[in-house]
Amino acid sequence: MALATTGGGLGGSLGGGERVLAGLTAAYVLFTTFWPLAELFSAALAPGEDGTVLGVMRETLASRATGRALWGSLATSGLSVLISAGLGIALAFAVSLFRLRSRAILTFLILMPLIVPSQTMALAWIELFGAGSPLLAPLGLAPAAGTTNPLYSAGGIALVMGVEHMPLVFIATRAALRTLPADLIEAARILGIPPHRIGAGIILPVILPSAVAGGLLAFTAAIGNFGVPALLGIPGRVSVLTTLIYQRLNGFGPAAAGQVAVLAMLMTAIAAGALILRGLVLARLAVPLPAGRPFEPTRRAPLVETVLWLVVLAISIAPLVALVMTALLPAIGVPFGLERVSLDPFSRVLANDAVRRAFANSLFLAVGCALVSVIVAVPFAYLTRHHRTLLVRAIDVAVEAPWVVPGTVVALGMILAFLPPLPLVGISLYGTMAILMVAYLARFLPLVLRPVTAAAAAIDPALDEAGRIVGAGLLRRLGVLFLPGVLPAAVAGAILVVMTAVNELTLSALLWSSGHETIGVMVFALQYEGSSTAAAAVAVLSAAMVFAICALATLLARWLPQGMLPWRD
Amino acid sequence: MPGGRWLAGPRKDEPVPRLTASRLTKSFDGATAVDAVSFSIPDGAFLALLGPSGCGKTTLLRMIAGLEVPDAGTLAFDGTIVAGPGVLLPPEARRLGMVFQSYALWPNMSVRGNIEFGLKVQKLSAEARRRRIAEVLEVVGLTGLEARRPHELSGGQRQRVALARSLAMRPGLILLDEPLANLDAHLRETMLAEFRRIHSASGATFVFVTHDQEEAMAVATHVAVMSRGRLEQVGTPEELYRRPASEMVARFIGRGRTLAVEVLASGEGRCRINLAGTVLAFEGSAPVGPGWLCLHASDLAARGEGGHLRGRVLNQIFQHGAFMTQLVPIGIDVETISLALPERVAPGALVEIALRGGWVIARDAAPSAGLAARYLHA
Repeated sequence: MALATTGGGLGGSLGGGERVLAGLTAAYVLFTTFWPLAELFSAALAPGEDGTVLGVMRETLASRATGRALWGSLATSGLSVLISAGLGIALAFAVSLFRLRSRAILTFLILMPLIVPSQTMALAWIELFGAGSPLLAPLGLAPAAGTTNPLYSAGGIALVMGVEHMPLVFIATRAALRTLPADLIEAARILGIPPHRIGAGIILPVILPSAVAGGLLAFTAAIGNFGVPALLGIPGRVSVLTTLIYQRLNGFGPAAAGQVAVLAMLMTAIAAGALILRGLVLARLAVPLPAGRPFEPTRRAPLVETVLWLVVLAISIAPLVALVMTALLPAIGVPFGLERVSLDPFSRVLANDAVRRAFANSLFLAVGCALVSVIVAVPFAYLTRHHRTLLVRAIDVAVEAPWVVPGTVVALGMILAFLPPLPLVGISLYGTMAILMVAYLARFLPLVLRPVTAAAAAIDPALDEAGRIVGAGLLRRLGVLFLPGVLPAAVAGAILVVMTAVNELTLSALLWSSGHETIGVMVFALQYEGSSTAAAAVAVLSAAMVFAICALATLLARWLPQGMLPWRD
Repeated sequence: MPGGRWLAGPRKDEPVPRLTASRLTKSFDGATAVDAVSFSIPDGAFLALLGPSGCGKTTLLRMIAGLEVPDAGTLAFDGTIVAGPGVLLPPEARRLGMVFQSYALWPNMSVRGNIEFGLKVQKLSAEARRRRIAEVLEVVGLTGLEARRPHELSGGQRQRVALARSLAMRPGLILLDEPLANLDAHLRETMLAEFRRIHSASGATFVFVTHDQEEAMAVATHVAVMSRGRLEQVGTPEELYRRPASEMVARFIGRGRTLAVEVLASGEGRCRINLAGTVLAFEGSAPVGPGWLCLHASDLAARGEGGHLRGRVLNQIFQHGAFMTQLVPIGIDVETISLALPERVAPGALVEIALRGGWVIARDAAPSAGLAARYLHA
């Protein structure tokens, strides 16, 4: 009891360890996130060449190119969200409320547009709808030879992005449906309410905030999408903000920094608007659900199952089949036929040193980023649950920024912050792997943090308090009491990071340097040079690698806590 | 905290109280949850913190546990300050036991793991841990269920595990936060009896939060009644029932009624009062002036003629073998009073009532600080 006299002031000494943790996290976020974004803002707010206040911003905002790109971004993204939300909510309902024989494989196929990298998906849709479509041409449905691909248009961009981001809405809705207590539905059934009324009147209102939140996430993803508009919009002359930034930076180099920073701010403002709206939706509209036995579907629905298969066939399987078939042809424009199939494109790209290096680089970056993110996210999620100080809440908002703002914005911030030599050490991170790693850490941390904090929020705070009562210190409570509760979420988040980062293009398109290429950069560069077949081959290989990661995770799932893989349920 | 008591150097004739709070205060966002609460209970007591929901009893308990930091005031265990100006012992170092309303069993651990975790923190040897676990499981009657996970247990069993987890640490003080709230009525009665048995077997001091006065009266040696953050009265169950210190306590405990009276004279523990024109004498120490006459149904009896009060029958329900009757008294300003009648009476009938007992307190009196803070012997 001698301790009693050594405590701090009244209201002071509770949670010293927690404060150290919060300080460490703050330093991490300051370096990876705050500094680059602050540099970006100061570049955007710089005076013009003639010294006018906010001159750069006035000039850029007044330009016609900016207006066109802004309208292009808003139109394609708005349209794509309608597709994402319609598909995502419908699919989530079908998968959650009916008893399906093939639910696991269907869930996986529904998530596939998100699992397959953006640029691969875009390539696949191009091949599917092109004049030489290996699937549509034999059916006589392909556009006439010589005409432009119908996807090289605003509508095409919206369609491909809509499908690609649909899983965001699906996951959010499905998660809400999984926590739906069975007794809510049972109570309605006992009152004799027909199933469709239960769906529309009871389930939909309860899950709608989550679905809307998912939709807003899909919107920010669409605003920041680079792969789809780069591959569809540049040839189609549809300008959006991400591609405009890329083109300006490529064309003018660092001289354009101020201008592109303004464009980046514009995108950030749109994304921030969506984020604020999402926060409002979740805070104001979300209904706290009583804990209860989750709903287990019992109704068999062979018709629904058939329709689901047709949908995933169209949105997930057909484009990839078209892509694979293209990759198996010796050259672009050759009609598909079994006698012409060859594996040459694959052996050619695999023999290429740059391609092999790109695979190694991407794997290293993705796995490293996932590990570090878990190590940062778990203690921080603990703080958000048990030590919600002002600092912790501020960090909680700040870490979302690099994920919510478009990747192009993050990449630009990294260039502005890390092109000059670092203070004290005097080394520039630009042109090294380090700048890619820092960018990835900033960008992908929320992928781990969000599921982990959500899992933490569901934990009874008394579990930790009971640990304190029996005398367990902070690290012990973190490791023994807190970690088991959030581990499934952390592993799921880490897998999501690996799968997203390994095929990432948006950041690396601006941050790569010779010897430090990524897979995404390889695919984009090959397609840009006109080597469609080689691009398709690399894209197929990278998709195959992602599927291999999925398969590995599925095999491991037996030894891991339940509920960690989104496609296994 | 063995040893702490002797270091504090108590006088032989007056043992150091196990738990002392003085002017403990805590607000949340400007709303005062606990307002200058002072009390003190002896070693081995079973204290119930009783009050309506939102009265601050759980906040008080959590301050005792160290889970909330008081804004002001001091808290001492065995005479050693654990929270006060310049002192704050975190819950990890307070060495007490706590049973949470949700039980807070760690879901990733078995029954054995839940009990063993705290013992491992205390660095007990494997053999000592094994003995402790067997011992506490025996005490709570769960021998044989060591390997079960919390989700495989019934509500009552979880409650017992939570208690066993606390007992295994052999704390001098065990806190229970509405431990019976999630149990059905039958189990609640069983667990109440268990708490009493385990309390006397362990010798620890128990502090028990509840909003249910039946629970509090049945189990506690001391009851502290709280209302709107303030401590109204601390006393034995009989004291609270027979000699309430405030109008709130008088009305809250045992469905009491208070009648406005005029105190005419006071002395030697009795008061002469004027009740609607009738002069009567009852126990009490209220000063001359406005007062409350505190009554329970059992203090009232119907009389054929010449009662102290008359009332009109409002309604009757048959309860515990008698007709519990609600009356609207005539000539005094109180809505209704209740008494047990042996037979059914037509609504609207006049009943003459005799007062067989009562307790007089001052009107408009703040809770008597002297009484509330008074050191209480068991």
